[in-house]
Amino acid sequence: MKLDPVAVPRQAYLAQLLLALILPGMLLLLDSTRAFAVIETYEFEDDGQRQQYLELSETLRCPKCQNQNIADSNAPIAADMRKEVHRLIGEGKSNDDVVDFMVERFGEFVVYKPKLDASTYMLWFGPGVIAILGIIIVLTMSAKARKKKQQQDGPDPESTLSVAEQQKLNALLRDQDRD
Amino acid sequence: MKRAVYFLPLALAVVFVGIFALYMQQINEGKDIKALETARAGKTIPEFQLPALKDADAQFTREDIIGQPTLLNVWATWCPSCKVEHPYLMKLAKEKGVRIIGLNYKDDRQSALSWLEKYDNPYQFNIFDKDGRLGFDLGVYGAPETYIINAQGIILDRHVGVVDEKVWEQKIKPLLEGNAG
Repeated sequence: MKLDPVAVPRQAYLAQLLLALILPGMLLLLDSTRAFAVIETYEFEDDGQRQQYLELSETLRCPKCQNQNIADSNAPIAADMRKEVHRLIGEGKSNDDVVDFMVERFGEFVVYKPKLDASTYMLWFGPGVIAILGIIIVLTMSAKARKKKQQQDGPDPESTLSVAEQQKLNALLRDQDRD
Repeated sequence: MKRAVYFLPLALAVVFVGIFALYMQQINEGKDIKALETARAGKTIPEFQLPALKDADAQFTREDIIGQPTLLNVWATWCPSCKVEHPYLMKLAKEKGVRIIGLNYKDDRQSALSWLEKYDNPYQFNIFDKDGRLGFDLGVYGAPETYIINAQGIILDRHVGVVDEKVWEQKIKPLLEGNAG
């Protein structure tokens, strides 16, 4: 498989152009969801608890919404969940305790990163398996194409040199180097 | 074998179309794809102590629900779909003798009481869950929701959205009959 020397830089250029166009948009999108974060006046004993609260309200998903964490959602259920998170933290519960508490009531949906079990194998390994399959298919197809092309072009001239011819060639090349 | 690889994209497309068709069929049959799994299914209803809607001094606990197969219907006067399902709940209670208990969720006591007077009352009794305390423990995330509970107080499943003839026949009735015990 020969690569067109002109086409390669052009492809790379296009890829970079695409990235330059898409990346700022994605960052903007990330930033805009933050701008809507709900502000509530919960009091905490220390900064550690405040940090824990912020962390948890960003990692728990609102059950009523399409895809918002409870920090960003205005749904009443999200407000209830924030209240519960605040209460549980006040009781000295760990992050895992709080997450378990929510999963017990609303199911795995409330966590963005579901636990690994039989029902989530597809989610965890599906993309990787598909990517590996894709790579294997591309590699075998290109290997086959290369082989076919070689057959069409006839045998490689290099491999038809006899031992004596090869030695002669090497000698000639050495002489040339010396000049 | 060599050719087989070229049909792979086609095969994948067929698989995806199949999955899509399956989902479409479920949606057409009225399945709410946004409905969450019932996290509490298979477990006993959580403990609680809450006042009655009718009488602020009377208290209900979990023991008041346990004893016979029951529908625990989460409703509120602010919920338009609750009004839609109300006539069918009346039918279930009056004609089929289904035991329905109301969980008046995050509502105003007075509006709830006048609603029951105006539209009639399918509920054996109503629990007044002003702050959504019991609702939260059950995993309620909207209204209406209907919890299907067997005589032992175990949650068999719940239905998110309006209960109607179809939901009753296809989902609730088989569950209650299978676990009437």
